Amino acid sequence: MAQVSMTVNGKAASGEVEGRTLLSAFLRDTLQLTGTHIGCDTSQCGACVVHVNGEAVKACTMLAAEADGAEVATIEGQANADGSLNVIQQAFQDHHGLQCGFCTPGMVMSAAALLKENPTPTEDEVRAYLEGNICRCTGYHNIVKAIMAASGQDVSSIAAE
Amino acid sequence: MYNFDVERPGSVADAAAAMGREDAQALGGGQTLIPTLKQRLASPSVLVSLTGVSEMQGVCSTDDGRVAIGGATTHATVAREAASLYPGLAALAGHIGDPAVRNRGTIGGSLANNDPSACYPAAALGSGATIITNSREIAADDYFQGMFTTALEEGEIITEVRFPVPEVSNYQKFVQPASRFALVGVFVAKFADDVRVAVTGASNEGVFRWSEAEAALSSDFSAGALGGLSVSGDNMISDLHGTGEYRAHLVGVMTERAVAAAS
Repeated sequence: MAQVSMTVNGKAASGEVEGRTLLSAFLRDTLQLTGTHIGCDTSQCGACVVHVNGEAVKACTMLAAEADGAEVATIEGQANADGSLNVIQQAFQDHHGLQCGFCTPGMVMSAAALLKENPTPTEDEVRAYLEGNICRCTGYHNIVKAIMAASGQDVSSIAAE
Repeated sequence: MYNFDVERPGSVADAAAAMGREDAQALGGGQTLIPTLKQRLASPSVLVSLTGVSEMQGVCSTDDGRVAIGGATTHATVAREAASLYPGLAALAGHIGDPAVRNRGTIGGSLANNDPSACYPAAALGSGATIITNSREIAADDYFQGMFTTALEEGEIITEVRFPVPEVSNYQKFVQPASRFALVGVFVAKFADDVRVAVTGASNEGVFRWSEAEAALSSDFSAGALGGLSVSGDNMISDLHGTGEYRAHLVGVMTERAVAAAS
């Protein structure tokens, strides 16, 4: 066992981990931050996407030990300071960007990473960026629409009205 | 996963020392190794994480005009920082896996693993790159030795990869949509005095150079010059995603597209 310390959603967090402890397991089991979902546990589905030092990564495919000293952001830290939904989360609600909701934390975290890098993406760019996020309800049209809306773009002409 | 220790050295020297421990395994971005460990297909006693080695990070131009990339540099960084130096290579890096995978996966990890369907082996072989380790330099032509097999010795670490920059180049990848690996990928690079064509995803022997296409393209760099050329499907990968014959056909198609798109 080894001690790891990191900043999670702006707060110091630490705990004892085995070498094999995944970041996803550390967040969920040690820190009780269960918003980061484990869908496939094989790096395919993206439900576990979090930000490490500002970059989107799959928390199921990174060791907790590798995040020692890092700044980690999870879905729990995405809301505004007053607890209201942030612009991306609100857009997911407004445009019905979720059905069962299981993939949503990863979708929101990927969307946040995309919009930071590319504030006004095209629809094609949004779809390409979400290659590693799978929605098994197949709710992609509204997810894409929500992300476009969150970027401040007109979404009235996008598919799946 | 079986349990293991994790070491996070800060220098190549410390990493090399850590690799001397019994059953040590180098860990790049872990995008292949961690899934492999989850399946208990490997059981190292210690993982030596290379992502904290600052001297193995980043992209730069060398005095002799080559592009040097640190072994622990992520695909996302190569896509960004090599864009103006070697656009064909940057475009290849920018289409590996998905964005989250590109933020972790590294060039050294990909080349050390030498997956027969990985993209980077095609770029390294197609460019005639030099793989630099903590102990020596290896030409790409000598480095790739078959599926998941390379010239690396036990404990050897890829610290840098140096790419000669072609006049024009392009990588065409026929994506296997579930894994986002290449079902077949072809990297074409036109230099002043020759053309190199490297194929990934197709052969049971891993990445290979298509010498007949190289000869044809060296005298006439146009998609039309490939007319009538084909590779045999005999030693191609055959699986549920495609037969060997299908992959052999794709080699021709992807090469034509790469030549047509090369810039």
